[in-house]
Amino acid sequence: MKPIVILFLWLVFSQWVIAQNADSLNTTNKDAVYQRPFIFEGQKGNLTAAVGGYLEANTNYFSTDGVSEGFSMEMRRFNIFLYSTIKERIKFLSELEFGHGTEEIELETALLDFELHPSLIFRAGIVLVPIGYFNQNHDSPKWEFIDRPLVSTNLIPSTYSDVGFGVHGTIPVQSLSFTYEAYVLNGLQDGVVANEENRTFLASGKNEERFGQDNNGSPAFATRLGLKKRKVGEIGLSAYLGNYNTFQKEGLTIDEKRTLFIGALDYNFSIKKLQCLGELAIIKADIPTDLGQNFGDSQWGLHTDLIYPVWKGTLFRWQNMTLNAAFRFEYLDYNVGDFEETGSNISDHLFAVMPGIGLRFSPNTLLRMNYRYQWDTDLLGNPPAKTAGFQFGFASYF
Amino acid sequence: MRLKIKTSLLCLTVIGLLSFLACEDLLPPAPADNEVLDGQMEGLSATQTRLFLEGDEAFSEVFTPETGLGAYFVTSSCISCHSGDGKGHPSTTLTRFGKWENGQFDPLTHLGGGQLQNRAIAGFQAETIPVEANGIAKFTPPAVTGLGLLAAVPDATLLALSDPDDADGDGISGRVNYINPPDFFSQLKWHLPDDEGRYIGRFGKKAAAIDLLHQTVNAYKQDMGITSDFDMEDPINYAVSAQQTDLVADHEIPAATVQSVVFYLRTLKAPIRRNEQEMMVQLGEQLFKDIECSKCHLPTMTTGISDIEVLSEIQFHPYTDLLLHDMGAELNDNYTEGIAEAAEWRTPPLWGLGLSPDAQGGNYFLMHDGRATSIEEAILMHGGEAAKSRTNYSELSQTEKEAVLAFLESL
Repeated sequence: MKPIVILFLWLVFSQWVIAQNADSLNTTNKDAVYQRPFIFEGQKGNLTAAVGGYLEANTNYFSTDGVSEGFSMEMRRFNIFLYSTIKERIKFLSELEFGHGTEEIELETALLDFELHPSLIFRAGIVLVPIGYFNQNHDSPKWEFIDRPLVSTNLIPSTYSDVGFGVHGTIPVQSLSFTYEAYVLNGLQDGVVANEENRTFLASGKNEERFGQDNNGSPAFATRLGLKKRKVGEIGLSAYLGNYNTFQKEGLTIDEKRTLFIGALDYNFSIKKLQCLGELAIIKADIPTDLGQNFGDSQWGLHTDLIYPVWKGTLFRWQNMTLNAAFRFEYLDYNVGDFEETGSNISDHLFAVMPGIGLRFSPNTLLRMNYRYQWDTDLLGNPPAKTAGFQFGFASYF
Repeated sequence: MRLKIKTSLLCLTVIGLLSFLACEDLLPPAPADNEVLDGQMEGLSATQTRLFLEGDEAFSEVFTPETGLGAYFVTSSCISCHSGDGKGHPSTTLTRFGKWENGQFDPLTHLGGGQLQNRAIAGFQAETIPVEANGIAKFTPPAVTGLGLLAAVPDATLLALSDPDDADGDGISGRVNYINPPDFFSQLKWHLPDDEGRYIGRFGKKAAAIDLLHQTVNAYKQDMGITSDFDMEDPINYAVSAQQTDLVADHEIPAATVQSVVFYLRTLKAPIRRNEQEMMVQLGEQLFKDIECSKCHLPTMTTGISDIEVLSEIQFHPYTDLLLHDMGAELNDNYTEGIAEAAEWRTPPLWGLGLSPDAQGGNYFLMHDGRATSIEEAILMHGGEAAKSRTNYSELSQTEKEAVLAFLESL
């Protein structure tokens, strides 16, 4: 290497070292834990972070073919949000979820947004993967139903967050807003098949290890394109593509690369007072043939929620209350195809209807009551198991 | 005033909804006991019921590679092959193989026989039938209801029913299968081994399992690749390597889990008949005897003394004699187990037959390999010792045939 190049590198490196240690030279090492910007700002009386969250709980009374476990109460979620504007056009957001008390604790979001331009924002960290509508819009107080849509949890594995980076932005086109998101992620992992569900089940591929390391060194890709017209609604198309299995170890190939594709169409629009929202998902997966026919290589499902405000007004001195009537329809086919042995259809599907009401004290807080009737048909197409039940609960942002 | 009206209306709405929530009529009713195969026997104590439920849970457990599935297997749970505790489907059929040589049957255990594990977890390669095999049979999983009663019939009863040399000259020569017991087999007072230390088998298509523990341990190992305290060896695909097994430490389930499943199987209720008062059904029942189907499909058996009171000295109606019978050349798959000949099959119990479609995806898949897709087709496939009954059935009038079928569907 030429001396002039070495000199140049030394100068650059030494300047960087000096800059990095400028603050540390003024403090002792033992005080390093207090050498944090939010403490400095706090001492000046400036709040640099906002805390929020939501809470939801409910009762359950369900019966399957005449057998009931009785009445029970469930503390579903207690989620804490932390938000900070670190610098103009640099934002931080995180969401920590406590599910069923402390049974499940999960970091669902921890991201930084660097806004280069409203139409080009760089995002990195643990992000909510943009597949369909629900995954990024899953906060319970937004929904009139206690149970999440099954297409959004049992096909699209909501809430699905993953570590990665990418870009998103909004591009206004006359009265329309075109939105896009595109991320590179570690992706879903081995549990997609050969899991306790005994079927292709993407949620079982959400290994905790995905936040630390990709299981196959082959990133996944997710994108969503949306088109929104104010006061009318939004439609979105999204896709996820990646390899889910561990196909190599120590540089040696131990399996074929197995691809997983999720495609989704989501919609959210109003016709006068009636709101209609839902999503349709299609899954295509490369399944090891040796695993057997329980694990379908093709799945699809959809849900649609209809919400209609039947009353608005003041009650017990609470102003602007709304009573919404709601109805959900959902259908899932976990295994599209025919049996090799008989040529008959592989069933493994469910159908459910769910009427309910939501009494909103404000847009952020509601009481809700749901009734659910669900028909589950097994792989062979035997008479469906019929489940029905009632739920009563609340959800609120804070 | 207006506010009061709204408040009243809203309160009424809430009261109405709460009443609605309390309405049991909006919940799905339980099916009648005789419409489903699953369910426990009546008369179990609270402790026995708890054991039954533990077994039920274990019976439904889905194994994964992490919990020991495979590496080579056929299915990942008991319930997959016995949906609703009923018969299996062609998609869950077991394949068994072996080799006949110089009049001797070799189950080819050194090549992975006698059962094929046609599935494998990721990174492993499923077994294929070795070229040496010249005897291959497919077995449709049976219903598992009422097995406790069949297990409690003393050996002496089976020996008394057997007639290996057709001494009574009726053309039917049922005999027991004798099986070498596994190491974990525990002899009961009424077990009657032969001179070679073999015991009478009564479960499986060839009556190759002596008792329900034997059957259950085999199923865990051969069907799911699950090792237990009773059998610590995983199935192996010898075509790949004799060392290649899964990486889960053995045992993969404890003895207690196996025993809970055995208790569950012992205390599942026997199928309950339907429509037995209908004239056609009663006519069919008489014809079933008249055409001598009941000589092998014995309507009534009685249990001996059992450690479970509800199984002790009970008369029941399984429509089997638990014996091996020669079923003729068309049902000879050139495969066998124990001392059974290749054409010999254990008489399957007919109880629960009418409910089979509810476990088989709405269709019938009958006979040992599911080749018959209706009850009548199954009757007409009977040969060998049953050929006479088949002929008798064929000679019935259409109404009489319908009566026999109505009777069988009522079981």
